[in-house]
Amino acid sequence: MKSKKKNYKLGYDLGTQLRLHSMMLPGTISLLLFSIVPLFGLLLAFKYYKVTDGIIGVFTSRWYGFQNFKVIFGNLDFSRMLVNTLGLNLIGNIINIFCAIFFALLINEISNVRFKGVVQTVTYMPHFISWVVFGGIVMIILSSDGVINQILLKLNLISDPIIFIAKPAFFWAIAIIANLLKELGWSTILYTAAIAGVDQELYEAANLDGASRLQKMLHITIPCIKSTIMIMIIFAVAGILNNNFDQIYVLQNSFNLERSEVIDTYIYKVGLQQLQFGMAAAVNIFKSALAIALLFIANKVSNKLTDSGLF
Amino acid sequence: MKIKSLKEQRFQIILTVLMVVLMLLVVYPVWFSIINSLENAQEISRSGYSLFFPHQLSFDSWKAVLNNPDIVNAFLITLSRTIIVTILQTLFTAMFAYGFSRNNLVGKRFYTTLGFISMYLNGGVIAYFILFNAFHIYNTYWVYIIPCLFGGFYNVIIFNANFKAIPDSLYESAKIDGASEYKIFFSIVIPLSKPVISALGIFTAVGTWNDYTQTLYYTKSSNLQTLSYYTLSITKSSESAAKLGENMNTAATSILTTMAKSASNYKTIELSCMVLSAIPLIVLYPFAQKFFEKGVMVGSVKG
Repeated sequence: MKSKKKNYKLGYDLGTQLRLHSMMLPGTISLLLFSIVPLFGLLLAFKYYKVTDGIIGVFTSRWYGFQNFKVIFGNLDFSRMLVNTLGLNLIGNIINIFCAIFFALLINEISNVRFKGVVQTVTYMPHFISWVVFGGIVMIILSSDGVINQILLKLNLISDPIIFIAKPAFFWAIAIIANLLKELGWSTILYTAAIAGVDQELYEAANLDGASRLQKMLHITIPCIKSTIMIMIIFAVAGILNNNFDQIYVLQNSFNLERSEVIDTYIYKVGLQQLQFGMAAAVNIFKSALAIALLFIANKVSNKLTDSGLF
Repeated sequence: MKIKSLKEQRFQIILTVLMVVLMLLVVYPVWFSIINSLENAQEISRSGYSLFFPHQLSFDSWKAVLNNPDIVNAFLITLSRTIIVTILQTLFTAMFAYGFSRNNLVGKRFYTTLGFISMYLNGGVIAYFILFNAFHIYNTYWVYIIPCLFGGFYNVIIFNANFKAIPDSLYESAKIDGASEYKIFFSIVIPLSKPVISALGIFTAVGTWNDYTQTLYYTKSSNLQTLSYYTLSITKSSESAAKLGENMNTAATSILTTMAKSASNYKTIELSCMVLSAIPLIVLYPFAQKFFEKGVMVGSVKG
């Protein structure tokens, strides 16, 4: 106790403090410049701002009230892209979480440790390949002379090749399945860790009682990893307006726009291509506010239902 | 007992088959693109893409791609950017986290507030666009470096958990011996934190290598294109897109002229570009793989 007190004193001298803060300086400057200062950009949502106004214009340009929001919510495209965003995320996340848990349970059942390692290594791999490459391959495989069309033609299921990526009707399915293939392995990583932490005595006791494999999964493993599952669900709910821009932009083209335009691609188009900064900022505010609200609601619900949450 | 083990055996066989099928499904797209980038272009036009092995091995498209000055430039930009950002970002983030992890840091609350604000709020692409213009780094090479020097507060939390796990007695004895905070960081903390530093360093490197949005949002000169962006523009203007009536862009036009001179065509060129931008990851993956799990685990369990 005494020595600890002495050391605290030791670490509080000016020299030490200066050195500590100087070590944190690059990070602090970076945070201030690239995280805090850009927050003033949110003001643009309530401003009449022109590109030529420069950085000072963010503050000096004319106040515009909620005009930017009115224009956006009045836009017919807005409801369509909201539906796309929610639909892709909701269906995608449900399928992803369900498959990841199922896959993690299966990996856990592999008795050969080496083979288990190989399965994990191989299925993690696509997570590290960029969407440019993975999405490009998906499009080639789905193209008019791609593998899928070759198979369908050979089976006489279709008479003419279908250009899947140009048909809006297929877009959600393509995006969700491609994402599942790419991320399935990687998304098991947290569940596998949680499963590894389950008390082995529980399984031994269940074995003595003659529990089947399925019973052990349902009544031991799943309840034991409940808190991990809840955290993943909370993150999924909070991120429901956040599409993976990298993925959607790669797979998007002018023909499937009806089903592929999401909030993030819309912000890019309105903001950086059409240079309507006020409107892009308004969409961004709408998105961020909803995301934070959803995070708190999901966390509260999770705390109520399962006694486990993020905070 | 015997019946049970027989049942178990059957289950393991089914499971193995299932896993092998799944692994093939995951690996196949990569294999598909490698073999077809090595396929003779006429062969593809005649009988479609090869499914398992190239019918006629040809390095024409690879030659065309590697001799294209634009692609070489994009490759060098991507490589230099990845190296610089990975080293500096990991160093600065670890240094910040070290300061943050010390109990004797005065003003910790300021840093915590700063960090959490940065995690939950962001100004969006528009704010960055205006800011980068004001700093005159828009459409320069610096836009790849300067905004990426810090790895974000999430990484700080992961580093922090690791640094806190180092016994306090080590700090104390070093301190009493008169070592400065820098000395402690570089000769005690870094050597003891190699796994997490490697893991986060690899994540940064992969993220930077694969990124194309920085190019898309904040540059317009064609000589600042990264490999990912270049590949994307080829994909977007390749056959299917061309068929769909989308405009060819400059990148694609330049590579199409290269192509006309060689015996390759857009299909194999596109695939070669994809493989080129994925190959460093595929080659390094087996070596880096053991760090991934550790890196994520540390964050989830302790963070």
